[in-house]
Amino acid sequence: MSIVQVQSLHKRYGAQTVLDGVSLDVAAGEVVAIIGRSGSGKSTLLRCINGLETIDGGSITVAGHVVSRAPKVLRALRQDVGMVFQSFNLFPHLTARENVALPQTVVLGRGKAEAQAAAQALLERVGLAPRAEAYPSALSGGQQQRVAIARALGLEPKVLLCDEITSALDPEMVGEVLEVVQDLAARSMTMLLVTHEMSFARRAASRVVFMHAGRVHEEGTPAEIFERPRTPELVQFVRAISIRD
Amino acid sequence: MRSFGTPEFLFMLQAARWTVILSLIAYLGGGALGAVLAFMRVSGNRFASGFARVWILLFQCTPLLMLLFLVFFGLALTGYGQNAYVAVTVALSCYAGAYFGEIWRGALEAVPQGQWQASAALGFSRYEQFRHVIVPQSVRIAIPPTVGFMVQVIKNTSLASIIGFQELTQAAQFVNNLTFQPISVYLVAAAVYFILCFPLTLLSRRLEKKLHVDRPSPVAA
Repeated sequence: MSIVQVQSLHKRYGAQTVLDGVSLDVAAGEVVAIIGRSGSGKSTLLRCINGLETIDGGSITVAGHVVSRAPKVLRALRQDVGMVFQSFNLFPHLTARENVALPQTVVLGRGKAEAQAAAQALLERVGLAPRAEAYPSALSGGQQQRVAIARALGLEPKVLLCDEITSALDPEMVGEVLEVVQDLAARSMTMLLVTHEMSFARRAASRVVFMHAGRVHEEGTPAEIFERPRTPELVQFVRAISIRD
Repeated sequence: MRSFGTPEFLFMLQAARWTVILSLIAYLGGGALGAVLAFMRVSGNRFASGFARVWILLFQCTPLLMLLFLVFFGLALTGYGQNAYVAVTVALSCYAGAYFGEIWRGALEAVPQGQWQASAALGFSRYEQFRHVIVPQSVRIAIPPTVGFMVQVIKNTSLASIIGFQELTQAAQFVNNLTFQPISVYLVAAAVYFILCFPLTLLSRRLEKKLHVDRPSPVAA
């Protein structure tokens, strides 16, 4: 039984079609990397899955929630679907621990002490327990991104969406974030990773989806996608990113 | 002719009481109205936002003096009598509300879009986003312009003398007419204004420092 079901999803911005009938099933515990050129609709797909974007056609079901605009649905959906952004988006007025604790008190209705304790445990898990009192501005990019992951995990999501979470990082910091993602994969967290980094997709993903022109163009295991691409578009894409890497 | 001595000085100090009261009226009335206007502007509701926008434009472009006249005589024409207290409260609130509303709208909108997205993705309702994420960050942004305007209000309360409030400026003119010592009289008046405004500026600096915890100190940076 798949935990994420996307069926012939359509999304337009004005006259421009961004998603042109995307269908994608993700099983619980799967780690799916979504790759493709800029503008191929990868990020839009993620944003539709947790209701940050309205959709123009098709349907999305995540962990039993049929995605709609109804506030009640969105709230329940977003408890089950965590999201981590390229630009971290930590709350700058709160410490690392408060960042992780706040959604738990607001959305889950946990007590302050309980949320703080849970936050501390999560920071421990991403290797940042000693930095719990630090404000985001005092943390490196890699550290901020790990706090952002801990913050998303605080709601105990069933699915984690990662939107180019290593793209804004200095190269030497990619590793520490990747480690956290791999640890989550090992604990069978279901994840959808939009990424530009082939090494990231290769190491973390069990399946790779190549998007092109608003559709799923080709999919397979990392080995199939990166070593034996079939369609000319994917061949070209893999060649382009190999040169860059 | 009288000379400028202690009784005259005390008379001016007493009048300064009105300057303070009128300022407080503007802060309270204008603050409440400004908060409502700011939230209407960013509510995403076209009618609320449009209404607030027109309100702000209208009162920002009307001299406070005209506003005081209009409300004062307008009340009389509609049969409510010439109540200077009501008139000054309404006029100062409308005037200060427009400015506060615009300052706070700007501060709310200055919070980066990513903060809205992140809190939405965490399941926050619109109210919770404002309460826990957006407002705490915009307060910090809003403090300097808010205090700047509050200082302006103190000075602008002198206009209320036109409908009969004997506040500091009016009292200074009165004393000057009696004593004809304009330099001493107006220096004293200026000093009193300064004493009223200066603590506000100090408070603003302290608040800014206190709320800027999230920025690395210049030494560390």
